[in-house]
Amino acid sequence: MTAYTATSAAGRGVDAFSQALRERRGGLRSNDFGNDPLACWIGRVDGLEDAAIPGEFATIDCRNNRLAWVGLQEDGFLDAARGAVARYGADRVAVVLGTSTASIGATEEAYCALDADGGFSPPYRHFLLHSPHSLVAFVQGVVGATGPACTVATACSSSAKVFAQAERLIRLGWADAAIVGGVDTLCGSVLFGFNALQLVSDEPCRPFDVARRGISIGEAAGFALLERAAPSTDAPQLLGWGESSDAHHMSTPHPTGLGARLAIGDALQRAGLTAADIDYVNMHGTATPANDAVEAVVVSETFPATTRASSTKGWTGHTLGAAGIVEAVACLLALEHGFMPGTLNCTAPDPACGPQFARDNVEQAPHVALSSSFGFGGNNAVLIFGRGARA
Amino acid sequence: MSELVVRVAGIGIYGPGLTGWPVAVELLRGERAFDAAPPPKPAPVHLPAAERRRAPDTVLYAAQAAAEACAMAQAEPAQLPCVFSSTQGDIAITDYMCATLASTPRELSPTKFHNSVHNAAVGYWSIATGCRAPSTAVSAWTDSVGAGLFEAAVQVVEGGAPVLFAAYDAAAVGPLRSAVPLDCGFALALVLAPDSTPGTRLTLRAATDAAPKDTLAVDWARRLHAQNACADGLALLHALATGAARRVRVGAGSHFALQIEVTP
Repeated sequence: MTAYTATSAAGRGVDAFSQALRERRGGLRSNDFGNDPLACWIGRVDGLEDAAIPGEFATIDCRNNRLAWVGLQEDGFLDAARGAVARYGADRVAVVLGTSTASIGATEEAYCALDADGGFSPPYRHFLLHSPHSLVAFVQGVVGATGPACTVATACSSSAKVFAQAERLIRLGWADAAIVGGVDTLCGSVLFGFNALQLVSDEPCRPFDVARRGISIGEAAGFALLERAAPSTDAPQLLGWGESSDAHHMSTPHPTGLGARLAIGDALQRAGLTAADIDYVNMHGTATPANDAVEAVVVSETFPATTRASSTKGWTGHTLGAAGIVEAVACLLALEHGFMPGTLNCTAPDPACGPQFARDNVEQAPHVALSSSFGFGGNNAVLIFGRGARA
Repeated sequence: MSELVVRVAGIGIYGPGLTGWPVAVELLRGERAFDAAPPPKPAPVHLPAAERRRAPDTVLYAAQAAAEACAMAQAEPAQLPCVFSSTQGDIAITDYMCATLASTPRELSPTKFHNSVHNAAVGYWSIATGCRAPSTAVSAWTDSVGAGLFEAAVQVVEGGAPVLFAAYDAAAVGPLRSAVPLDCGFALALVLAPDSTPGTRLTLRAATDAAPKDTLAVDWARRLHAQNACADGLALLHALATGAARRVRVGAGSHFALQIEVTP
């Protein structure tokens, strides 16, 4: 991974994110999104309303692509991505990005401003603006990559699964580099949708707290540049990935976390590691009663007591289709900055949590970190990252 | 240059005039006239009756084609990793969501919301078939057939085992009709298997020039092309139905196309 970045309510770029994690300063705020905001907390990125994207992409201008544009410019990522295009050739750079709702916010706006004939008003008549692929099309365009391009939309596991898909492309010789990551933005669909499922908390989310009341929805953009690892690289590496399906329910996790266990096992096997090799686990930890109850047991039964496990959603909110990349970046920061983030807003941990659960930050450098992402439809993805001798 | 070699173990199809692979074979060979009547609502075998009533149309289309492909391949669906692909997902659900958000957002249906995710079809399919293998839902706008086929072939070669690929789209409804030019339901599915198994061989290579993707030059196929992006798969299905060796170009991204060599 030769470059990476994340922008969320916890800050623009990795330095801001790292500092927020270290100082245990969360980015959630009382919901001020839309005309008729629900009483809840959100992770909002400021200034997107004024963040213009390049004029040639005006037909797909929307909050999601504005956040993508803001995110791409942090940490020199845009230059690194364009550098890969220059180095390998445009057709040798793949773009594989995850999103759950992409530009649906623009479709929602279009429904609020219909023409007299009942159709969309002219600024909203562009087909691609209403398609989940609008994000990948935008990023491909601004970076100048023309290789394989794909949108992965498996809800909250989307931008974790992109690492697996891109790694396969590179290993089988279809690309020399891949831009992976994901972007999701606040919109009515997710705020009122999760509210309808009674999964939204009326207070800042409290992952793994015994009195947790649900998620806080956030927005984020994150990207990583994957290339074949040089033999003596110091860059953090993707050591393994695992994927599985729960085959249980569209919006409720399997009661014993069967799919989560399969994905963790798959990732460990692919990395040639055992659970004892994992120093840090960034859990999905959404703060819904169901997810955290199941995941707490899975982690306590899978990893040794010496592993540290936490959820960083108290900083960013649940960034849905961008959660995989944001939490991958949290793992990379842990590896590169030598500390493991704890869990925000958790005052009384659920008794189901094992000794692995970290409420406070741990000032100790992990060598291997694992990130779990679970999505609607029972869609699970697990990533393992390493650095140094272990990588 | 990289190539992927896979075999076609099973084929399924659902759409106007294309009510199953045996019918499609006759139509594609020119041995049968196109029947423009809307196809009957699918009743895919794996979905229990209650789920069939509750599931969005796109789930039924995808599951119908997927079930036919699995049956032809004599494959156990629970064992097959799944790659599902769609330009637009379920437009009727998107229309419901956006119309409700514009009027009475606090009355949004929780079931419609969880059905609104792009991976609803593969989610329902994996639940109905008890499949715990990896599953994914992808899109590449109007190149979604090629992008899904490509990802499925990558997984077959990487994993050395069969993979189920399904592509589907539905008709646009409501105000979305003014922006989204999809006008009928259509789904196709393939069970792709490693090259060591029987079946028609597909060799996938990246196209190196900017020639247009192949379409089928008959009236009914042209109409279908104008109505549903999944019709991108018809040129490949034509090659599979006629049993002739040929090359087919399928778009798989804005600037990325596959040159597929079909070897019976």
